[in-house]
Amino acid sequence: MLIENISRATEKAIREAEIHLPGDFMRALEKTIAKETSPVAKAEYENILENIIQAGRLEVPICQDTGLHIFFVTLPPEIPLTSEIYEGIYEGVRRANKSVPLRPNAVDPITRKNSGDNTGVNVPAVHIRPGEKFTITAMPKGGGSENMSRLAMFLPSETGRIKSFVVETMLIAGGRPCPPVVLGVGIGSTFDGVCSLAKEALLEPVDSMDEFEQEICDAVNELGIGPMGLGGDTTCIAVKVKKGHCHTASLPVAVNVQCWACRHATVEVEVPCND
Amino acid sequence: MTELKTPLGDEILSLRAGDRVSLSGTIYTARDEAHMRMMEEGIPFNPEGAVIYHCGPVVKDSKIVAAGPTTSARMNDLSGFLIDAGVRGLIGKGGMGENLLNQIRGRAVYLAFTGGCAALAASRMTLKGVYFEDLGMAEAVWEISVENLPLTVGMDSAGGDLYQKVRDNARDNYERMF
Repeated sequence: MLIENISRATEKAIREAEIHLPGDFMRALEKTIAKETSPVAKAEYENILENIIQAGRLEVPICQDTGLHIFFVTLPPEIPLTSEIYEGIYEGVRRANKSVPLRPNAVDPITRKNSGDNTGVNVPAVHIRPGEKFTITAMPKGGGSENMSRLAMFLPSETGRIKSFVVETMLIAGGRPCPPVVLGVGIGSTFDGVCSLAKEALLEPVDSMDEFEQEICDAVNELGIGPMGLGGDTTCIAVKVKKGHCHTASLPVAVNVQCWACRHATVEVEVPCND
Repeated sequence: MTELKTPLGDEILSLRAGDRVSLSGTIYTARDEAHMRMMEEGIPFNPEGAVIYHCGPVVKDSKIVAAGPTTSARMNDLSGFLIDAGVRGLIGKGGMGENLLNQIRGRAVYLAFTGGCAALAASRMTLKGVYFEDLGMAEAVWEISVENLPLTVGMDSAGGDLYQKVRDNARDNYERMF
């Protein structure tokens, strides 16, 4: 019974994420559009807005790259962490393939053979944390923007290079990750942990930034790359930073680039009564 | 905004990078494999004034479900024969290389469509036919009728390249900042 509820919630979260963008992102996008001065960029925004409307009206995915799937799960104390949770999520992905529908994007890294259903070895990634409620957050991530993401292991004395590293990441990326982007920046932790921080930073609300985030965002926008690399005031809608304590000898920094289709959705799992 | 209708003629020669156009008529999707097949077996449609769309659509029950643009740079070295055959327009994402810019000089135009706008595209498209269906859904050449597809001139027939201009400018801005 629980496994069925998990599958159902997973399928629902994927569907919601693929078709509708989150409210905080829409608010941030509207603010961005309001201050744009380049006519070419304005026209690109018109297309993006019209596309978001049509996706909702036709109930089809916002982008044909329906992404590779990542899940963030919170578990309340009364739910034990069992393999059923993973099985339920995998089953939900398989169902969403047909019902949304999704493009099969999961392939063997060497043979490139497609699994056909967006599941495979270690895919989708499932991150589980304790929480008050049983929730599943689906985060489909497109390949174009993921490919432009970068990791650097700086010296502890090089904190001053963080900003230029993030800006340089977008200079190299140009129009390829489908800007305007959201940048998830991980600072600290370990080699593996910093990329996780960068990814999780993309789940934070994007309609507000602290001073440091705003400073990096402004610098990225000064590049003038604009939507789709055609020039404009906004290349980056928001920068979100997530920090972790790191080794005294280390300063890992990661930038996870997210295209304008900044997709994620959370669904609560119904927990069956056992009495 | 300039209204364009296929087949395209000399009217495209006056377009300049950064201009907005609205395209109606017939377009043909083609990705890497379709280009290679056309080089070997010939172009299965009349290329005179034709428009190629770099796109691998999702097609279901003879309907276009999603049809956003794919990265055009992959077709940098595969497009010259199409221009030679009379193709007047290429639609895609991200622009193309210097080689292509030289090939379209005085002859054709590169039109940018907004990346990810698969639903917007589908809402203005009707499926007309298909060639090379054995290549699979994404790689086949789909003949599509479009109505008012909103595009930006990315590279023009006079050597204008908006992408290159933006890239050069971004490099200057970066060097000024750091």
